Amino acid sequence: MTITIDAPTLVKAAPLLRAQNVSKTYGAVQAVRDVSAEVFPGEVLGIVGESGSGKSTFLRMLNLEETPDSGSYTLDLPEVEGNLFDLDRFARRMLCATRIGIVYQNPHLGLLMKHSSSGNVAERLLVAGERRFAVLREKASDALEVSEFPLDRLDAPPAELSGGMQQRVQLAKAIALEPALLLLDEPTTGLDVSVQALVLDTLKQLQQDRKITMVIVSHDLGVIRTLADRVMVMRRGEVVEAGLADQIFQDPQHAYTQQLVHAKL
Amino acid sequence: MTTVLEVQGLTKGFTMHHLGNHLAAFDQISFDLKAGEFLLLKGQNGAGKSTLLRTLYRSYIAQAGQVIFHSNHGAIDLLRAADVDITLLRREEIGFVTQFLVARPRVSAEALVAEPLRLAGHSAEAALQEARKWLAEFGVKGDLWRAYPTTFSGGEQQKVNLARALILPQKLLLLDEPTASLDVKARAALVARLKELKAAGTAMIGVFHHPDDVAQLIDRVIDLTPGLENEEREDVVV
Repeated sequence: MTITIDAPTLVKAAPLLRAQNVSKTYGAVQAVRDVSAEVFPGEVLGIVGESGSGKSTFLRMLNLEETPDSGSYTLDLPEVEGNLFDLDRFARRMLCATRIGIVYQNPHLGLLMKHSSSGNVAERLLVAGERRFAVLREKASDALEVSEFPLDRLDAPPAELSGGMQQRVQLAKAIALEPALLLLDEPTTGLDVSVQALVLDTLKQLQQDRKITMVIVSHDLGVIRTLADRVMVMRRGEVVEAGLADQIFQDPQHAYTQQLVHAKL
Repeated sequence: MTTVLEVQGLTKGFTMHHLGNHLAAFDQISFDLKAGEFLLLKGQNGAGKSTLLRTLYRSYIAQAGQVIFHSNHGAIDLLRAADVDITLLRREEIGFVTQFLVARPRVSAEALVAEPLRLAGHSAEAALQEARKWLAEFGVKGDLWRAYPTTFSGGEQQKVNLARALILPQKLLLLDEPTASLDVKARAALVARLKELKAAGTAMIGVFHHPDDVAQLIDRVIDLTPGLENEEREDVVV
């Protein structure tokens, strides 16, 4: 007596991101099992689940940092074709530098902590082949400005900045090249509540103004609720439920999702 | 008048896994709705009035039935439509007015109200102009337009909420007790706006604690009291 959801009929655009049956084991541990997801252009997909649910591993695979044991991953972009997991290292690096942006929970993973903030952003542009100094400087400060980074601190290294500011530098680096896909791994975890609100607001603004497709992983349901159009719930490497964000929060179907939603303060 | 919505055998209940039980909300509800019609849902607390609205909006997943919505893009079953299709319809054709404003940190009242227009492609400036017009219409004072509604009183928040929910004319409008906590002026503005939208063809389904507030708008009534046969549910207002 359950209703099955149809394929899209009104929305004609193809999904930007399509991952199919992705699985990954580390030794005896099955980190991700048979996960499939589609994200449409401009859509924000939230992935929730507790530690060890496989949500961050899945995100790292979408960033081509990890290769799964099986499964496929495609992006609907003119410059790439076929399963992205099959790309060689050089092609992966180029694709990540130019079309995929990522913000990590831990800024040390995404930033050179002792280089200047603008240098960190410009580095991304250099990898993509930009060599003109004036263009580098201008694009880097544009991206930092959009990320609401104070421009009088362009030369400050992230090591000297607060957690919220470091996340803004990561965000600026991630969006400097106007990526087709922005991946966010617990972007506000560990920040003060007020700073968290600022970062969330920046992301929301970015999503509305630039229509960037996003996948955001968080164990914080409030963050997901604020940003995501659609939510995927993971547990022990598997997807237990997926649906519209308000539906997942108001009428969760799976026992685990009900437990998760009811546990929220 | 053209048909906007065809509801057939709509059934909804909640399975509560931690209690190991199933709670029925309503069973086998059927009705049609035409453009410009206003349908009032009635029944005591717990009869499933709000649940029915949320099921049509797809915040809730139905157990059985079919809800054909005649969208500008073609007919579609709202119970089974893909999430992206629902998102599209919510942006363009189906509105939901609740009793609560979903305020966002650091977003001003006027920006919040302008948002549906901006998402529909209006220029930022035009959207803001229109937003201010509706904030004034619902009686929100000018000094508050650029403030953050997170800190507003319940009544002021509700005015912002109404302005936002009603700024963009929709094909189908779901109303869940929008008059709760409104002062007289705002209530009059709400009724005037609903009247205007109705005349322009918006079909409406509403739940009102005091249906007298909107008595002049109601065309039909559906009684959700459990145990009634479908023929007994419906009542036409003359």
